[in-house]
Order: sequence, then C-alpha cells, then structure tokens
Amino acid sequence: MRRSLQFLLPGLLVLLLGACAGTPVRGTGDLGLVIERASGHVTLVNTSSRSAYARVGGLGDLSHASVVYSRDARYAFVFGRDGGLTKVDLLEARIVTRVMQSGNAIGGAISQDGRIVVAQNYTPGGIKAFDADTLELLSEVPAEYAPGQFSKVVGLADVPGNRFAYALFDGGEIWVSDFSDPKRPVTKRYPAGLQPYDGLVTPDGRHYLAGLFGEDGIALLDLWQPEKGSRKILENYGRGEEKLPVFKMPHLRGWSVAAGRAWLPAIGRHEVLVADATTWKETGRVAVKGQPVFVMASPDGRQIWVNFAFPDNGWVQVIDTLTAKVVQTLQPGKAVLHMEFTPRGEAVWVSARDDNRVVIYDTRTFQTLGSFAAEAPSGIFFSSRAARIGL
Amino acid sequence: MSNSTAIVSVLTALLGFPALPAAAEPSPARQKELIHLVRQDCGSCHGMTLQGGLGPALLPANLADKPAESLVATIVHGRPGTPMPPWHRFLAEDEAQWIVAKLMAGFPK
Repeated sequence: MRRSLQFLLPGLLVLLLGACAGTPVRGTGDLGLVIERASGHVTLVNTSSRSAYARVGGLGDLSHASVVYSRDARYAFVFGRDGGLTKVDLLEARIVTRVMQSGNAIGGAISQDGRIVVAQNYTPGGIKAFDADTLELLSEVPAEYAPGQFSKVVGLADVPGNRFAYALFDGGEIWVSDFSDPKRPVTKRYPAGLQPYDGLVTPDGRHYLAGLFGEDGIALLDLWQPEKGSRKILENYGRGEEKLPVFKMPHLRGWSVAAGRAWLPAIGRHEVLVADATTWKETGRVAVKGQPVFVMASPDGRQIWVNFAFPDNGWVQVIDTLTAKVVQTLQPGKAVLHMEFTPRGEAVWVSARDDNRVVIYDTRTFQTLGSFAAEAPSGIFFSSRAARIGL
Repeated sequence: MSNSTAIVSVLTALLGFPALPAAAEPSPARQKELIHLVRQDCGSCHGMTLQGGLGPALLPANLADKPAESLVATIVHGRPGTPMPPWHRFLAEDEAQWIVAKLMAGFPK
C-alpha cells in the first residue's frame, strides 16, 4: 500500500499542477509565429495541426521584423522596425516584456548560451545587448567606423563563443564582438568591401559571409582562424555586365549551405550563385525567374527554395541540389515575402502578403497541404530555430 | 526614355527648377495602386511607414528642403552609386510627380 502511494503521488502532483495552470502541459517544438507586418500582430501557429492557434497584438511597427527563440524554445524575441524588442510567450500567447531599444532596427540574434539577446540597429547605428530574461540593457557597441561616422548594421549572426558577427553597410567592414563578459564586449574589425547588405553564418558556425551590394562579390571570414583575416569570394561574378536595377535587397539569413555547396542570391541578376563550401570557388549558377530575395535550403539540404524581388514576387522556384536545376515553379500568391521549413522539412510554409494568406506545401509532392488567413503576412519563424546557430 | 531626356531631367533636377508642371491626377484606382507600391515596395528600403530603413526617411520633414523635381528624377531614374533603382518601368513621370507631391504633404495610408 505504502509502495503504491509512493508511485501515485508524483502522478497526482503533475495532474494538480496541470489543472492549476489551466492548460495542458505541452512542448513547443512544433510551434512558431507569423509576422503580420501591417498591424503589429503576430499569429501563433502549430506545424503539426497546420493551423493558427492564437494572435497577439501590440508589437509596434513590424513592417520589417525578425525573430529569434530562447533556448527552451518557449519565448520568441521579436525585433520590430521601430526599435521595439518584444518577448512573446508561445505557450501563454502573451507579451512577457517589451522595450523600445532604438529608433530604427533591422533584426537581432541570441547568444550561444541563450543569455544575451542582441539587436542590430540602423539608427543609431550599432548593436545593443540585452539580458534574455529581463530585456535589461547590458551593453552596446556603436558602429562608429570612423570618428563621428556611424554605420547602419546588417547581417547580425550569433557565432560560437558568445560572439556576434555583423557587417557595416556604410563602413564596409565585418565586425565580430565577443560578449564573454556581457557588460564589456570586445570587438575586432575586418575589411568587407563596398556596401555589405546582409550576412550569414554557415550552419556549423565557422564561416561568416557578407554579401556586397556595391561590388560583385562576397566577403568571407573564417571564424575558426580569424587571424587570417577576411577575403573576397565570387569576385566579379557579374563579369562587368551592367546590373539590373534591384527592387528589393536580398536576404542572406537562412540555411543556404546544402550538399557541400553555398547557394547565394546574385545581386542585380536572375541567378543563384553556387560555390563549393570548402574551397569557396564558384561551381555554377542556376538561372531563375527573377532576382532572388531568400535562397533557403531545406533542413536535409536536398532542395533550395527561392523567392523573388518585385515585380517577380508572385513566384517561388525549387532547385534540386543534386542536379543544380530548377525542378518546380510555383505561384503561391501575390507578393511572396518569406518561406519557412518545418523542423525536418516535410513541409514549407509560404507567406503571400497581398493575398493575406499563408500557404503550406508538401516538399516532396509540391501539393498544397493547407492554408490559412493572416493579415499581410511576412516573416514565418518556427521554434526549431532555437537550436540552430545563426538563426 | 532616351539618354538625352534623362540628362535633361537630371540637369533640371540639379539646377533645382522649382514649379512642377500641373500634372493630371491619376485615376482613383491608379492612386490606390501607387499608394500600395510606395508603402510596400518603396517600403522595402524606406520603411512601410516611410521612416527610413536602408534608404532614407521620406516624411515631409525629411523632404522639405529638397526640390520636388530632383525627387521626381530620383524616382524615375534612380540614383547611381546607391541602391535606389529607377522605377520608370512601373510608373510614368506624372505619376512620380503625384507621388512626390503626396510625400511632401504627408503620404496617404
């Protein structure tokens, strides 16, 4: 009798606790959110039931927003255009904390140990570090690349060692700030090139790449051997040909290393550039329907999904990484802004801003699995990002 | 648009010739399209609320000291050396004039 009570008690406690919280105990591994850019809302979504389950408002100007997740994958940190940083609880579907941290922001990242959230800002140019629990300001690094000259910061990515790599659009440099002591960051500077517009870190956290707008090429920094300095790869990929006008800056953030190669948007060209991810030499190009914005690899690296800048933003194309050929062309809706793979990549969610819809595709058959309404949806961010370097 | 007209409009812009010729107002349906274009597509760089992003802010206070004609030329022909592209494939010059007038007065939602 005593023995059976010992077994029963913990079970009863769990039941009681569950009842107190009012909601069943659950994990967050299949949850995420969709930014509704025009109204300052986020719609919370479930990738198992393929549906929305809640909507949270009051996040300010989300017309350019990005999201990182706490390492327990419960909290989303939403970086808004107006400098708002909002911590959203996916389980309780509410805002936990919100601070206005700058005048004009472009995104953020979370440290390897999950304790520091860093925002990247256009105005005033620089980065700011916050305690991930309280959103209390810990320190900042102004992007003062020359006396009195501040740069817009782009391409912020977390890299191992509680460091953050980012690029200076006006300063033409890559900076790496070490937050081992969160209140006293130490920054190292490397040359990048003309007008870096975005950056990414490879999924292993080793290489930081900054795409250049002002010249044909990509700046590369080996974070395992930073003492060797940065270098340029894919130089002169335009071969002196005149660039097409660029109606939207590409975004590099995404897992664009797949099948041993890096897949990158060409600026001002209807092409995806392909480089060997060991030698960083160009191995080919894939002609696509427009100027790529997102070039995203599926979690297994078998497919690359590409969306395009205005006026070709109604299309999405899929490249097979084995053959480096376009294998599918889709029309998910008007103004496709973003795509996000489910954690293991059986499906991809696509936002169509001007159709006010999110459309879900099967990545094997390319059939539509479902869709739901959202107001001017843009970024889609699943909690599986919590466990990825650079996302 | 030929090169010589482009040069003329850039010159006009540089010289800061003020008064814009009175342009015909776009139709209400076209106005709606232009507002959408400015908020959403110009907004990619200038922000949907036009408070700036990678590109500069386009609020009345930011534009007050700029000659309207040079702003029209910037929209139509772009600004070499910067990411600002030419938009002449998507709008006519008088539509650009309408956009500039609206920007300077406070752009409609």
